[in-house]
Amino acid sequence: MEIDPFIFRLSIFILSIFVGYYVVWSVTPSLHTPLMSVTNAISSVIIVGAIIAALSSNDGVVFSSSSIYGFLAISLAAVNIFGGFLVTQRMLAMYKKKKKDK
Amino acid sequence: MSANLSAILYLVSGVLFILALRGLSSPETSRQGNFFGIIGMVIAISVTFLSAGNFTTGFVYVLIFLAFGGALGAFIAYRIPMTAMPELVAGFHSLVGLAAVFVAISAFINPQAFNLGTPGNIKLASLIEMSIGAAVGAITFSGSVIAFLKLQGIMSGAPITFKGQHLLNALILVSIVILTFYLCSSQSSKLFWILIAVSFLIGFLIIIPIGGADMPVVISMLNSYSGWAAAGIGFTLENTALIITGALVGSSGAILSYIMCKGMNRSFFNVILGGFGGGEQTTSNQNKEQRPVKSGNADDAAFLMKNASSVIIVPGYGMAVAQAQHALREMVDTLKKNDIKVSYAIHPVAGRMPGHMNVLLAEANVPYDEVFELEEINNDFANADVAFVIGANDVTNPVAKTDPQSPIYGMPVLDVEKCKSVLFVKRSLSPGYAGIDNDLFYKENTLMLFADAKKMTEDITKNL
Repeated sequence: MEIDPFIFRLSIFILSIFVGYYVVWSVTPSLHTPLMSVTNAISSVIIVGAIIAALSSNDGVVFSSSSIYGFLAISLAAVNIFGGFLVTQRMLAMYKKKKKDK
Repeated sequence: MSANLSAILYLVSGVLFILALRGLSSPETSRQGNFFGIIGMVIAISVTFLSAGNFTTGFVYVLIFLAFGGALGAFIAYRIPMTAMPELVAGFHSLVGLAAVFVAISAFINPQAFNLGTPGNIKLASLIEMSIGAAVGAITFSGSVIAFLKLQGIMSGAPITFKGQHLLNALILVSIVILTFYLCSSQSSKLFWILIAVSFLIGFLIIIPIGGADMPVVISMLNSYSGWAAAGIGFTLENTALIITGALVGSSGAILSYIMCKGMNRSFFNVILGGFGGGEQTTSNQNKEQRPVKSGNADDAAFLMKNASSVIIVPGYGMAVAQAQHALREMVDTLKKNDIKVSYAIHPVAGRMPGHMNVLLAEANVPYDEVFELEEINNDFANADVAFVIGANDVTNPVAKTDPQSPIYGMPVLDVEKCKSVLFVKRSLSPGYAGIDNDLFYKENTLMLFADAKKMTEDITKNL
């Protein structure tokens, strides 16, 4: 009997939850705010779906009832991707060790 | 591009996202981690472009919308003050949620484009996944908008409660399940729109009864939701990168909510059901008499600190409100010049989001190895000469250890009262968020400094 591909995706999903669990517990508490902003940025990989949606209309028509939602979603996700990664970078650049001056 | 190759590349970007989170285990590796995240995103987007393979006018518009959103995001990222980080994150969550809703709508209208069947005849599994993605996305969106408004102060931070609230919410949640069921059997687009509308409504209703200082839990929870929404869409699109990311973000947000709840010694449901910090909790201080308080000025504070050999600083949300972090660091610099040992103690729920205080201190150039978490530093209070409490309140309240009647009993608190002397910067004697009096105000060794946090800190520096 053949296994439904859904089961494979479900396996990836479940295993990723466990990976996430252990990885996130190892994040130092002082970096919890950057953690939130970076998870925000990466969850915007949903832009992949938005691009497919935007390019979904049939030949010639750029803006159809379904692709318009795709275009809107692209903008929203793009705000998040650029905003999320850049603000994370800005924050992380501020974390400095004690200078050994004395 | 072949389907297998793109699937592998999506997997690669998923792995890079895992490494991005892994990097955050220490500040040294974190910048590299962020870089991995960016590469992962670039790969995911490029692969999608290449496998779409139709470089027509539509493609140009995709780039235009992408550039527009990207420019806006970059602009916000550079302009936002660090004190506004909780609002920013809440705002960003709402965008992920809404994007998930839009993608689900598009897939529902035009399922052929996603290989999910034809309109009115969408594969059952896809329809379920789509509904989950859309519903969770909608809840994330409206919930985050409310959280944003509360954090921004546009909406009052006070919990909004009414009779039958929990019953109403429960009914709506049940109706979402029923709607999804009927949607799957009828494929009716009307039901799909109703499902989305009802999900928007419940997101709104869930967040309004939750008070301002519980926002760390709310933001983490919405963070988690945005992940589950992404995962739901990932299943619909059969996209590994989305599934992995959704799971990562979902569990990350869940862990953060757990840490925050534990920091308040409250169950997740207690926070989510809301109403905390309203008028109801005042019972414990009904028989309160006027107790004597010692108050001082900047001069007294400077004198105490000058004669100390070690000082522990306890920052809280009030420091963020007063934007006092830079003034604080200047004060600490002066102290250090006098060979006084200074460290910072951060309570897990200080501020309005996880790690909020750490970011503000980092912004003020405080080295991160001088900043300690509750468990790391709590034993040091007994050996320290001065505790300087700036903008924190409930997290220092000894009542949490002594009075089982108190609503915050059992909450882990900083043992500030064990210091030889405590300087407490606060504008008035008013109780904190939990609505209870802080016993620390009336202790023999506490000196209250009634002033704006920033102004007081600057004055102390002048007097040092």
